[in-house]
Amino acid sequence: MHPAPSIIFFTAASGAGYGLLVFAALAGLIGLVPVGSASGFALLLPALLLVAAGLLASAGHLGHPERAWRAFSQWRSSWLSREGVAAVVSFVPALGLAWAWALDGRLAPLLALATILMAVLTVYCTAMIYASLKPIPRWHHRLVPPVYLGLGAASGSAVGIAAAAWTGAPLLPLAPLVALALLVGWGLKWRYWQSVDTQPATATTADTVGLGDRGTVRLVEPPHTERNYILDEMGFRIARKHSAKLRRHALVAGLALPLVALVLALLLPSAAAALLLSIGAALALVGVAIERWLFFAEAEHMVMLYYGKGAV
Amino acid sequence: MTSLPATPSAKRLGLVIDLDTCVGCQACVVHCKEWNTSSGASALSDTEPYGEEPSGAWLNRVHGFELDDSASGGCGSTVHFPRSCLHCENAACVTVCPTGASYKRAEDGIVLVDESKCIGCGLCAWACPYGAREMDQVAKVMKKCTLCVDRIYNENLPVEEREPACVRTCPAKARHFGDLGDPESDVSQLVAERGGVALMPELDYRPTNRYLPPRRPVPTADQKAALEPAPGGFLGWLDRLLADQP
Repeated sequence: MHPAPSIIFFTAASGAGYGLLVFAALAGLIGLVPVGSASGFALLLPALLLVAAGLLASAGHLGHPERAWRAFSQWRSSWLSREGVAAVVSFVPALGLAWAWALDGRLAPLLALATILMAVLTVYCTAMIYASLKPIPRWHHRLVPPVYLGLGAASGSAVGIAAAAWTGAPLLPLAPLVALALLVGWGLKWRYWQSVDTQPATATTADTVGLGDRGTVRLVEPPHTERNYILDEMGFRIARKHSAKLRRHALVAGLALPLVALVLALLLPSAAAALLLSIGAALALVGVAIERWLFFAEAEHMVMLYYGKGAV
Repeated sequence: MTSLPATPSAKRLGLVIDLDTCVGCQACVVHCKEWNTSSGASALSDTEPYGEEPSGAWLNRVHGFELDDSASGGCGSTVHFPRSCLHCENAACVTVCPTGASYKRAEDGIVLVDESKCIGCGLCAWACPYGAREMDQVAKVMKKCTLCVDRIYNENLPVEEREPACVRTCPAKARHFGDLGDPESDVSQLVAERGGVALMPELDYRPTNRYLPPRRPVPTADQKAALEPAPGGFLGWLDRLLADQP
């Protein structure tokens, strides 16, 4: 599948934004960060900005962004519509939480819980847009929603602890939460990669033309000599050796380096720690962006069986 | 509304395509483009039609395949395969649509796009395993086969013209149009007689269109004899002698 920059940015940024909302709300509820205007602005402003930027970027993928409001109407059947509705609704508790936290200096527990619920729900909807598509076996996979949630939490908490560090909040209580999110998120992704690499093909060209019981079928004459929308959108190919390399880059940037930054930050004075954690957070976002690029680039659509691919 | 009709329509209009008689001439492709570029809400555009990288939106594409059925006793053949919307009963392209632009008609099962509501997100094309939808690169909306809904009910056309353009134009009569919901219809009878198949039933999209598989050639007695010439001489005499014995 064609890795469109707007969608990669949308899912990576909004995932991190919602992850950061969950991280902040949890940390506030458990009492791991002091509640006040400094921590409120440092944690919740970037979260809301990441979410908003992601949503705006997603509109960039549309042929008619001026009609985007229509996308809120079909929540009964469409995961994309549900995602849009959930994203807008999630702003209500999130803005309320941010208001109480940063301006009134108090934690509103119900708003914090509602924020967590809506953030999880929204990211789940985002993942289901892809996981519900049967013609793309690598997306129609049970681990896709957990991976989206896990990596949102991983990148969001990496940003969260960096933001908390700049306000001078104690890092030791937050560090285990961040390490856990990073390890779980990328652990799930590791499991997903293992699973899709050994996944048997779902269909052959003979199946797609209804001759599966007759023999093997091979394309000899494509319907057109030039590229078309189908090939541009669904005919993206990536060499196996490149994908292996990019998976390593994603793991190093998204998991290994943010973990190293986390451990070192606990040993350093606060200004240096904040700087180091910020670099770690940026790398965590880059790691998820690489992972998301691969999520598209490695996914194969069954329609390519009509265009010369033997099995998908 | 992108929810599918609550009760599947009794009438299920669709195509039956005969892979045995299709000669891959592309006439259906061309007539489809000709009719639908002037009849829809916007043209079926082409970009750079005479340039270096011509591209365009088409609703029907014909692929040429080679079938190797030697393992099941066949002798191999070329199969021309027209590919267009199958007007599925369980159409995921409809349910994934976030705006209600993509819909399935309750009265006859035709799947259509309301271009004025389409935001051009492309999700319906991703949801279709058959590659039936193409984004128009000029109008920025999704295009698909309408089963020539503006021909089949069009009382301004002579009766014989009230069928999809692809069916009307096919010189090999490889394309048939009718109600697949009615077991007595000509198309349903044809499907029953020829063992017509739905594409990839395991995906549960429940396509309406059916494809008739190529016939297996049954050699005549003369052809058999030509393929296996009877031995002459002593062996021939022995062969005839043994064949005559009860």
